[in-house]
Amino acid sequence: MDRIPILKMGPFLLVTIQVDLYDRLALNLENDLITMVSKTGARGVLIDISAVTIVDSFMGRILGNIASMSRIMDAETVVVGMQPAVAITLVELGLTLQGVHTALNVERGMDLLYQKTDILLHQDEEEEEAPEQDPE
Amino acid sequence: MITMTKDMMEIVREQDVVPFRNRVKELATKIGMSLVNQTKLITAASELVRNMLKYANGGRVTLEIISKNGQTGIRLTFTDEGPGIPDIQQAMQDGFSTGKSLGLGLPGTRRLVNEFDIKSKVGQGTAVTVTHWKNGR
Repeated sequence: MDRIPILKMGPFLLVTIQVDLYDRLALNLENDLITMVSKTGARGVLIDISAVTIVDSFMGRILGNIASMSRIMDAETVVVGMQPAVAITLVELGLTLQGVHTALNVERGMDLLYQKTDILLHQDEEEEEAPEQDPE
Repeated sequence: MITMTKDMMEIVREQDVVPFRNRVKELATKIGMSLVNQTKLITAASELVRNMLKYANGGRVTLEIISKNGQTGIRLTFTDEGPGIPDIQQAMQDGFSTGKSLGLGLPGTRRLVNEFDIKSKVGQGTAVTVTHWKNGR
């Protein structure tokens, strides 16, 4: 069966779509991702579509679905790496991916996820921001 | 108008969509269409082929490279023998859908290509023709 691998990275799930999706593959991804969010308690989902050359209304709907379903499961979704030609086409098509967070690349997407979920990036930052320790 | 190449593809199942899209891409690359125009055309083609599968259980697509007034372009004709569309005007409105979709398919597709034509007869089928020029907007 065709599947797109889902990687767990700390509190987040990472998906890199390397092929142009056909319907079955997209539906499997939707299903697998939600199952994984539930199983791992992930707080965020990052979907890299930098290798995707075509996003039609079906594919756009799947991305929207993943975002809404994840939100209900207490996880944020960020779609990153959209090609400029795909962005132009999506807007003309009338698909604005409402409710889906987007970022230019994986790095910014990860930053956005940390921000959205209030998870602190590094241990030392956590210490800095931690309230002053009780003297005892 | 001159037809330079003509090709036909049967679309009967979901698995035919990706090879079909690739074929459109090949033709678009062959005539030197820009990446943005290629993406628009392939996305439009993808929407139409999806409609054909969903509402008519498939059909066939004629793919042509055409030339008119010194312009080169690609013309795709989607023909099915499905139920037909009773009210084309309504079907061309944003947000209208008889299925569960977002209703962007037909109106969105029209925005993506340079020329768009639709003919439908209830009980007989639907034919959609789209043309996109190499140097179209």
